[in-house]
Amino acid sequence: MNGSSQEGTHRTIERVARESYGRLVAYLSSHTHDVASAEDALSEALVAALAAWPRDGVPQNPEAWLLTTARRSFIDLVRHQQVAVASEPTLLLLREESKDVSLSTAFPDERLKLLFVCAHPAIDPAMHTPLMLQTVLGLDAARIAHAFLVSPTTMGQRLVRAKTKIRDGGIQFEVPQEHELPPRLDAVLEAIYAAFGIGWDDMTGADQRGRDLAEEAIWLARVLLQLMPKEAEVRGLLALMLHCEARRAARRGPDGRYVPLSEQDSQQWSLPLIEEAERHLAEASSRGRTGRFQLEAAIQSVHADRARSGRTEWAAIMLFYEQLIRISPTLGTRTGYAAAVAEAKGPEAGLAVLGTIDLGSVSGYQPYWAVRAHLLQRLGKTSEAADAFDRAIGLAEDPAVRQFLLQRRG
Amino acid sequence: MQFALLIYESPEAFATRNTDPYNAAWRAYYNALVEAGIYVGGNPLEVPETGTTVRLKEGKRRVQDGPYADTKEQLGGFTILELPSLDAALDWAARCPAASVGAVEVRPLAPELKRRIER
Repeated sequence: MNGSSQEGTHRTIERVARESYGRLVAYLSSHTHDVASAEDALSEALVAALAAWPRDGVPQNPEAWLLTTARRSFIDLVRHQQVAVASEPTLLLLREESKDVSLSTAFPDERLKLLFVCAHPAIDPAMHTPLMLQTVLGLDAARIAHAFLVSPTTMGQRLVRAKTKIRDGGIQFEVPQEHELPPRLDAVLEAIYAAFGIGWDDMTGADQRGRDLAEEAIWLARVLLQLMPKEAEVRGLLALMLHCEARRAARRGPDGRYVPLSEQDSQQWSLPLIEEAERHLAEASSRGRTGRFQLEAAIQSVHADRARSGRTEWAAIMLFYEQLIRISPTLGTRTGYAAAVAEAKGPEAGLAVLGTIDLGSVSGYQPYWAVRAHLLQRLGKTSEAADAFDRAIGLAEDPAVRQFLLQRRG
Repeated sequence: MQFALLIYESPEAFATRNTDPYNAAWRAYYNALVEAGIYVGGNPLEVPETGTTVRLKEGKRRVQDGPYADTKEQLGGFTILELPSLDAALDWAARCPAASVGAVEVRPLAPELKRRIER
């Protein structure tokens, strides 16, 4: 086999691994609840594919090949661990299934169950997102640790602990019943959005790491939508992330300088992404159940409209924020509301909204200080503005944002 | 618990430490630490070239001009913070102006050892 087709085979394996990882882990672990062993078995199968496919050619159904190979080592693994408890019937079941699922037939998509398992209330909420990134998307612990700003060893240990909890803690592999769906779905959506947020904040210019995580989050939302097409908030979340993603290129000047939303060149926004976001948002609102993500997407949709109309309807943004605060009165929402009020009614009104936020809660919250500084400056309160700028600068993590604020402060 | 942030700076950072915007970023960062109520103490160090390293080998003093480690990034100062967890310390380390032009090492202090020594 020559070099270029060998390279092609490797790319195929990479693509199959990426697309099938979550499906295979979910399927393999749905009976045993043993996510860690399912992952081990799958990586053994991928190693086997790296050896076999360049030699024998890529099989007709690569996913089924991986499943069969992984299942064989999975049975060995589970047996080797001698987890006597409930595993004998499971092994029998797995063996029975290997007869049923032939290489050509599809197997049921269990990713949705896996997503709900990862966001189960019995699991530390801080681990919901890392677990999803690992088990559904196949990201390794080191990369996840990097994004979450903890050491790879710590992240690895936490992931192992969470998976042990899944295996031994009696967490069911099932989609929650109708009545318990809302809080559980919220946790899944939150975790996906958290991944996107980390990717978004990390984006300092050409940083590939942030871009990757944001893309993975959008991909997770697409998977979720495929599995739950009727849930309006799933579409809301996808629309929100697509709107943000559409502006990626415009967030930095050619010299890497930070460009705030209000000063972005809307010609640089991606129209196809905006249009896709709008389609999802329209479809979501036709279902008549608003929610946090739809409202946040609606706010971004108003901003996006500047590309068409040349102006921003701040009054509309303010109204969406008022609804949002009723559902989700977070620091972020209230700060965003203050900024919108300031644009719609003037800086004094915006400062009055900021004044309702408890000062004790904002000592580490950068956006509060940035908005406050901006509004004080507009009112000509130079020295108070400089103090607020200092707080915002001191809390900034992104060097480009820090640079921007330093220049603004003057 | 208390953490030390050990601030490692590049030659470029050392060269600009007395001028804005780097200086202004540090002022703002210090301010944020104090306002958050987590600042315990700290100090910047003079530039690495001012360092002198002493070893005792076979009873003889070996004095060497320059800092201990011969690395591109050099220790430029330290800050001690009172924080609930390593995660919180890492958040604050990421906000440190030196994090984007050098490196910030986060190390827990060793209060047990301190007590044993100072007994």
